Order: sequence, then structure tokens, then C-alpha cells
Amino acid sequence: MVGLVIISHSRALAEGVVELVKMIADDVPVAAAGGRDDGGLGTSFEKISRAIEETDGGDGVILLMDMGSAVMTAEMAVENMEGREIIMADVPIVEGAVAAAAEASAGSSLKDIAASLDEVRNIRKF
Amino acid sequence: MTNQQKVIAILKGIAARVIEEQRFLTELDNVIGDGDHGINLARGFSEVDKKLPSMADKDIGAILKTTGMTLVSTVGGASGPLYGTALIQAGKAAAGKCEISMPDFIAIMEAAVQGVMTRGKSTAGEKTMLDAMIPAKEAMEKEYAASGDAKTALAAAAAAAREGVEYTKTIIATKGRASYLGERSLGHSDPGAASFTLMLETIAELA
Repeated sequence: MVGLVIISHSRALAEGVVELVKMIADDVPVAAAGGRDDGGLGTSFEKISRAIEETDGGDGVILLMDMGSAVMTAEMAVENMEGREIIMADVPIVEGAVAAAAEASAGSSLKDIAASLDEVRNIRKF
Repeated sequence: MTNQQKVIAILKGIAARVIEEQRFLTELDNVIGDGDHGINLARGFSEVDKKLPSMADKDIGAILKTTGMTLVSTVGGASGPLYGTALIQAGKAAAGKCEISMPDFIAIMEAAVQGVMTRGKSTAGEKTMLDAMIPAKEAMEKEYAASGDAKTALAAAAAAAREGVEYTKTIIATKGRASYLGERSLGHSDPGAASFTLMLETIAELA
């Protein structure tokens, strides 16, 4: 099953999105990488790398980030990894995580999930 | 121009300068960003400072790369991956070298600029550190071609970077957190351009 990593400047925000994801699909491997190593606001290369390792069961991992350093630090973590299939999704973090979790839980492949996330970007709330 | 010991001394000088000026950098960032630039960079360079003694026997490429990775791991804000990538790319350009000449340093700067452009998906004129880095690199190249003197070239680069910081006051941010402010970013210096200038001034002083 495809894994999910939620990356945010805020530990609480990342953990909150994980909580929501678990409500949708509690069988999907999902990990939060929020805040710096010392708990402050920011992003952590180590936390992101660890979360990817934890959630990758061989079918690949989707990363969902908030902004700025979260995106750039995630990019560097991905570049530093070898032999894993990882896709960074350019979508709103909550909507994207919920949609990805539903798809992953249904057994969709990494590529299929990434393709459907492309559509999530255009879904309007009202 | 410089050898490993000197590179380590310069990095030590940069760490001291960044730590000393952290409040100034944070104040700049308070106005148009999220107010953590100085604190974040100071945290990263404190770690770099601790690691410098263990890098003494490494080549210049490895020293720069280790410094970059340390910043990526400890800064926590956008300046971590940006300066981190700049230094990792600089390290690649200096791979295996125990001594660097002025032309080497120009190539290293070019690699650092390219690294920041790629990582930040940014270019000149967006009110970022690139508005200090690009003119500095160009001034350095031009002055060295004219005079052949490293010291003068570095002084010209530092002056161009300083002018670049002034220029960032006149433009609207279109990249980074400050871009959310739109026109309200006018009149304020970009913190990344300012921190880069402090670093380059230290290089010009100590090289």
C-alpha cells in the first residue's frame, strides 16, 4: 500500500492532518513530519527522511507539504534517498491527504494516486 | 587565494557574524516575513561552528558540503535548504581541492547561484537573496577580469551585494513568505539578501 507523509512547519498541524487521514482510512501508512527537531516551528530534514522510511512499504510514498521550507526541505530529503519511489504532491495539504488516503486504502498505485491528486487541486469547496 | 585552513577560518568568521547580527536579520524578517531568519541562521551556523574542527583534514569541497548539510539539518526555515543547496553545489564545484584560486571561487559562486535558483525556483528581481548574489558574482567576475586582483574583486563583489540589498527595497516580493504582502513589501530590505551580504563581506575581509 502507498504511504503518506504530512509535512508542515507546525507539529500540531501535521499531526492534525494525520488524525483526519486515519479517520478516512486507518489502514494507510501515514506519518507526520511537522516542526523542527527541537519542536519549534519550521521543517526538519531528519523528520521528513524518517517519516518516508517508516511509511514506505515498497509501493512508494506521497509527500504533502505546506509551503516554503517544507517544500524545499522535502525536495532535498527526496534527492538524498535512493531506491524509493516518492512523489511530492502539489495540492492543498488537507484535501490532498484525504483524497490520497482514500485512494491508497483502495489499493491504487502511486502513479494513479498522483494522477487523481492533480484533479484535487481544482476541486472547489463551493 | 585560499587553502583549507583559511576556508575554515572564513566559515568560523561567517558563523560569528551571523550569530552577532541575528537580531538585525530577524528584525528585517519581522517586517516582511515570518521573523525567524536571524534566529534560524544563527542556530544553523552555531552547529556549523561546532563541526568546523572536525573538518580540518578534509578537502575544501567536503568542508563546504558538510557545512551545507549541517545547515539543511538544523536551520528549519527556507534559508536552510537555500543556503544548504548553495553550499552543497559550491562543494561540488570545489570537489577534491585543497586550494582555490579566484577563478575557482568565481566558478564556486556560479554553482551556488545556480543552486539557489533551482532550489527556490527563482530568478533575479523577485526580492530574494539572488538580488545580492547575482550582482555580486557579476561584479566579481568583471573586476577580476579587469584588475586580476582577488582582493579588489572580492571588495567589488561585497559592494555590489550591498547595493543589491538596497535594490530589494525598491521592488515587490514575488517569491517566499514576503510575496503574501504584495505592495506592502516595498521599502523593506530582503533578509536573505542582507544575510548573504554579511557572509560575502566576511569572505572579502578574511580571504
